[in-house]
Amino acid sequence: MTLFKPFGALLALSGAVLPVVGEAADDAAALRAELQALKSDYAARLATLEARITQLESGASSAATLPVGNAAAPSATSGPGQGSPGTRSSAAAFNPAVAVIFAGNYTNVSEDPQSWQIAGFMPSGGEVGPGERSFNLDESELTIGASVDPYFSANFIAAITGEDEIEVEEAYFRTLALPSGFTAKGGRFFSGLGYLNEIHGHAWDFVDQPLVYQAFFGNQLAQEGVQLKWLAPTDLFIELGAETGNGQGFPGTRLSNGVNGATVFAHFGGDIGDSTSWRAGASWLDQRAEERVYEDVDDVGTPVLNAFTGKSATWAIDATFKWTPYGNTARQQLKVQAEYMRRKETGDLTFDVEGLGLSDSYRSEQSGWYLQSVYQFLPRWRVGLRYDALDSGSPAIGLVSSGALPPEAFPALLPSEPDRVTLMLDWTPSEFSRLRAQYAWDDARDAQERDRQFMLKYLFGIGAHGAHKF
Amino acid sequence: MLQFIRSVLALLVLTATVPAHAALKVLATTTDWGALAIELGADRVNVYVATSALQDVHRVEAKPSLIARARTADLVIAEGADLESGWLPVLVQESGNPRIQPGSPGYFEAAAQLNLLEVPSRLDRSLGDIHPQGNPHVHLDPRNIVAVAKALTARLTVPDAGNAPYYEQRGNDFEARWQQAIGRWESRAAPLKGTPVVVIHRDQVYLCHWLGLSEVAAIEPKPGVPPSAGYLGQLVTKLSASPPRMILRNAYNDPKAVNWLSERIHAPVVLLPFSVGGTPEAKDLFGLFDDTLNRLLTVAP
Repeated sequence: MTLFKPFGALLALSGAVLPVVGEAADDAAALRAELQALKSDYAARLATLEARITQLESGASSAATLPVGNAAAPSATSGPGQGSPGTRSSAAAFNPAVAVIFAGNYTNVSEDPQSWQIAGFMPSGGEVGPGERSFNLDESELTIGASVDPYFSANFIAAITGEDEIEVEEAYFRTLALPSGFTAKGGRFFSGLGYLNEIHGHAWDFVDQPLVYQAFFGNQLAQEGVQLKWLAPTDLFIELGAETGNGQGFPGTRLSNGVNGATVFAHFGGDIGDSTSWRAGASWLDQRAEERVYEDVDDVGTPVLNAFTGKSATWAIDATFKWTPYGNTARQQLKVQAEYMRRKETGDLTFDVEGLGLSDSYRSEQSGWYLQSVYQFLPRWRVGLRYDALDSGSPAIGLVSSGALPPEAFPALLPSEPDRVTLMLDWTPSEFSRLRAQYAWDDARDAQERDRQFMLKYLFGIGAHGAHKF
Repeated sequence: MLQFIRSVLALLVLTATVPAHAALKVLATTTDWGALAIELGADRVNVYVATSALQDVHRVEAKPSLIARARTADLVIAEGADLESGWLPVLVQESGNPRIQPGSPGYFEAAAQLNLLEVPSRLDRSLGDIHPQGNPHVHLDPRNIVAVAKALTARLTVPDAGNAPYYEQRGNDFEARWQQAIGRWESRAAPLKGTPVVVIHRDQVYLCHWLGLSEVAAIEPKPGVPPSAGYLGQLVTKLSASPPRMILRNAYNDPKAVNWLSERIHAPVVLLPFSVGGTPEAKDLFGLFDDTLNRLLTVAP
């Protein structure tokens, strides 16, 4: 693997260069040198965030606060144990950054949540929809991350659901030392497709994902495979990426061997003046599905399992603008974002795989988009408005056009244009807590039964200070 | 498909050849460290500053434009001590730039060169936005600037060894001028010693410490926590009994709370630049301290 050549070079470089800072006083030179060595070593391995969590856990100030140099300020206080680094156990010093996010909600919906579905779309199988009524424990998110060595870092994000299940949302390594703007990632990770796909639930601006993400990816597309990104050495932000993996995230299914499917994406971004920033992107996802099963009922109401086998190709465009007077996000900010996605599926559709097993051609072209805006009108207060829309198109179902089955045999695929309007108000007492109220007029089931959804949500974070993407 | 990916990758590798550049590319998180890099490097450095003096550096977004600058930077200069922990780690991580990873010679934190004030003895977020390593707003004590300048001079010579004598000469020159200026500032500021002041956030701690200003109250009850009406009421009662000489406001602060307090306790508000660029007079580091003293001295004796 030629990949490892630059690592060797970097290792040599990092070994040769040790930052020299401060000026040791004669009488304490030895001690200072020791402290300096300790500090450099520590800094090389742990980010400052990890230092914080280590301190939180040990209840004492860590080596990162050891005074160096000869600056003024002799009044700095010393924490217990600071004076004798030799006695400190190093086992705990390398603890990774740990954070837990607590989330829960209260849900009041006018329609039975069990009957919720997105009309005209094959169910994506994700945990979509408004969820259960009344008080609910949402996913508790556990994040653990650290540098592995000078070449890799690793991140683990698990969601422990209110139903007592543990889901590994992401568990990946990423490179730290590839040259020329390349970063590689491997394991399970949220795809770089679109804008919202990479963003974890606690950082969403609304309680739920836009309908297009729910219908197209079952909320979010997770890849199990590898990703390579390249950032252009230009003042304009230009990031290109490609991914491939086992393809099992909806709309694909895992195939027998090798790689399945691919994603390519391009992101661009920059500033307009002192107050406006933007990011825009285009993505393309190519996947294959084999026996992708979904539940439906036939024309007399008997439950059946149908299955799709074929190709699925999705493209998406996204754009986000943020207006922040003088870049001071503490006071006021307006954020506008929109995404549009279009998916084409061609292959075969099997009716009642466990019974009749009738099969014929299938072709669909479906699309969806959302436009949302969130305005921080006071330092801790934000309001948001979102409009969602989907167009199922009219799928060409061979079994129907040949006359073998009536269109009513596929109720989930009857042409439909679901939409939804959502209002949001949230209050953010600090960077670590947020309370939200949301009201939605949800026509996902299609126009005849509008669901009025009222939700309250809390989000609390403890542990390491998270840093968020744009 | 694989063929397609292979050709895309091949294209990326071809276009990724880094062009040779003359000046050392520096990404500074604040105008102050940007100004220091210019003092030390002059035209041998190409400095981009991530924030303006009107921004609260705790609260900055990891904007695409900043990630793009991090990609090409040879050296990142941060205030450190977790001041930028909400955004700088994302820039470094997304940059795909091994030169500026923490622990590399291209990653420099000013606070790491210094003794910090207010190192908390207890770490608990119920105490507000506290920083485990200590108060990170180190730049308003000019003695800290000279200590950072020494370390930064040494650091500049690592990625840019060819210009080492140049940086060393500029560093010595800066230190001489700076020590002279400190003497001048300290003698001017002598009457300020012991002056009671009210601050907003505890980000003037180093200034107060240097000048011997007595910080009698902070408008934030805890770091990063905005005051409640009840707390402000208590503050008015407390401060009316023994009013401070002045209330300090940084250029980036919202004026509302300070003006409200000023009217009630009859103490003037003094607007300070806080960072280079915070006022028109604070054009560089010397201007920052000249102007800060001018403004303090217009109110105090």
